[in-house]
Amino acid sequence: MHTFEFIRPDDAAAAVRVAAQTKTAQQGADVRFLAGGTTLLDLMKLNVETPARLVDINRLPFAQVEATPDGGLKIGATVRNSDLAHHPTVRRDYPVLSQAILAGASAQLRNMATTAGNLLQRTRCMYFRDTAMPCNKREPGTGCPAITGSNRTLAVLGTSENCIATNPSDMNVAMAALEATVHVQGPKGSRAVPIGAFHLLPGRTPQRETVLEPGDLITHVTLPPPIAGSKQVYLKLRDRASYEFALASAAVVITVAGGTVTWARVALGGVGTKPWRSPEAEAALVGQMANATHFRNAAEAALRDAKPQSENAFKIELAKRCLTHALQTAAMS
Amino acid sequence: MRDDSHARQPDLTRRAFLSTTGASAAAVAIAGCAPAAHPTAERGAPGAVAGGPTIEGAVPVTLRINGKEHRLQVDPRTTLLDCLREVVTLTGTKKGCDHGQCGACTVHVNGRRVNSCLSLALMHDGAEITTIEGLGTPDALHPMQAAFVAFDGYQCGYCTSGQIMSAVALLKEPCGPDDADVKELMSGNICRCGAYPNIVAAIQQVRRGA
Repeated sequence: MHTFEFIRPDDAAAAVRVAAQTKTAQQGADVRFLAGGTTLLDLMKLNVETPARLVDINRLPFAQVEATPDGGLKIGATVRNSDLAHHPTVRRDYPVLSQAILAGASAQLRNMATTAGNLLQRTRCMYFRDTAMPCNKREPGTGCPAITGSNRTLAVLGTSENCIATNPSDMNVAMAALEATVHVQGPKGSRAVPIGAFHLLPGRTPQRETVLEPGDLITHVTLPPPIAGSKQVYLKLRDRASYEFALASAAVVITVAGGTVTWARVALGGVGTKPWRSPEAEAALVGQMANATHFRNAAEAALRDAKPQSENAFKIELAKRCLTHALQTAAMS
Repeated sequence: MRDDSHARQPDLTRRAFLSTTGASAAAVAIAGCAPAAHPTAERGAPGAVAGGPTIEGAVPVTLRINGKEHRLQVDPRTTLLDCLREVVTLTGTKKGCDHGQCGACTVHVNGRRVNSCLSLALMHDGAEITTIEGLGTPDALHPMQAAFVAFDGYQCGYCTSGQIMSAVALLKEPCGPDDADVKELMSGNICRCGAYPNIVAAIQQVRRGA
C-alpha cells in the first residue's frame, strides 16, 4: 500500500476544503474520504486506489437516521449498513431497503460499511482490480479486456465499448426503487441529486462513476414518504446462498388495488453498469392486472435493450425471471 | 512412549520457538514480549517498537484492547489486524485473505464484530477492541469457546478465533432461531476444513443456553 497522510477534520467544511484540492472527483482521486473503508482499503491494498491523503469522516455528525418533516426519512452518510437495515422505521416503511442491505456482504462488513460508501462502491470486475491488466476505468485509454475476456459476472445493461463493469451494490438498487435523493456538500455549497442522476453510464469516460465533483462530500440521503399500502421485495440471485455479489437482483415497490397494479417502481441489480431503474417495466405494469403474464411482460420490457457478452447471455433470462418472481412475491404478500 | 514433560513445558510456545530459531535478532526481541505483561505504552521513543527500527511518519493512536489501554505509534497504513498482531503481539487474531473475504481477522470494536483487515488502526483511536485473548482464559473459557471444544467446531483451527468472535457477536444481533439463520449470519467466516455443521451446533447450543 502506498503511504498517505491521515487527516481527521473537525467539521464537514474542513473535509470539503481538503478534498477540493484534488483534481478529479472522489473515486480514484488523490484525496479520498474514508468512512467504513471496506471498499477503499481493499482497493488500496491492491494499488487500484492510491490516494495521497485520506480524510476520515467517521467523527462528523452524519450517523443519524431521522424522520423528515414531509414524512420521509433522512439517512446520514456514515450510518452503518447494519444499523440502517435494522432500523425500525426502515423495516416497517422501506422493507425493500432492509432486505437489500441484508442480502449484501457479511455481518462484519455491514457493521463497517456506510450509506455514502455503499453509494460509491466500486465494481468487482477482475480486470479493474488487477493492476497488471488494462482497464479503461482504472487507466483511461488502456482498453477493456473484459469485453473479449472473462465477463460472466459483468453487465448487460448500460454498457459501452469502453466498459462493461457491473455496479455491485444491493443497497443502491433499493435506493433507486425508492427514489432516494443524495445530498452533497461541496466547495460551491450544497445540492440534492436524485439517485437516478447520481451514477453515470460508462460511455467514453468509465473512470467517472458519479456526478460528484472534487471536494463534494455526501452528507446524507433522503427517502420520500413511504407509499401507503405498498408491497416491497428485494430478490437476489447469486452463485452461492450468502456472501456473494448478485448475478441478477430486483427491487420492486408496487401497490395493487382490485387486482390491478396502481403504482410500480422497479430497479435491477447485478446486470447494469449503474443501479438500473426500469421505467419501461413500470410502464408495462401500471394499469395492468397483477398476474404472471403482465409481470413477464414487464420483465421483457426491462431487458429489451440488454446486450450480452461472450459469457453472460444467461443473465438476461435470469434477470427476467428474477424480476417476474419478485413481482409475484410482492403481489402475493 | 510420549514425553509429557516436554509437551507440557509451559514456557515453550510454538511462536516463541519458531521466532527464536530464526536468524533475526529483532524477531527474538519481539517474540520475547509477553503481550499481556508488556504494555506497549511503556515502550521507548515515539515511532519505535521495542527492539525494532524507528517507524518513519508514525502517528499516535490509543486503543483499549481487552480492557487495557495501549498508547501506540503506528505507520498510518497499519490495519487494525496488523496492529494487533505485529505491534501489540496479540496473535490470536488471524490473517487469512487480508481483503475482507474470509473473516479470520474478526474482532469486536465497541462490541460489534468487524473485519480488522479492512480497517485502519487510526480509525479506532479511543475505541474498545476485544480479541479472542479477551474472551476467556484456558481455565475459564467463554461459553462459546467451550462449545466449540465440546462440538469439535474446527479442524486446523486457523479460522476458529474469527469464528468464535463472530459467533459471540451474533448472540447480541437480530437472528432467527433456525440453523439456517445462524448459517446466514456466519457466512462471513469461511472454514476451509468444512467444520460448518459443528460450528452451527456449537453456536446453537450456546444460544439455547443448554
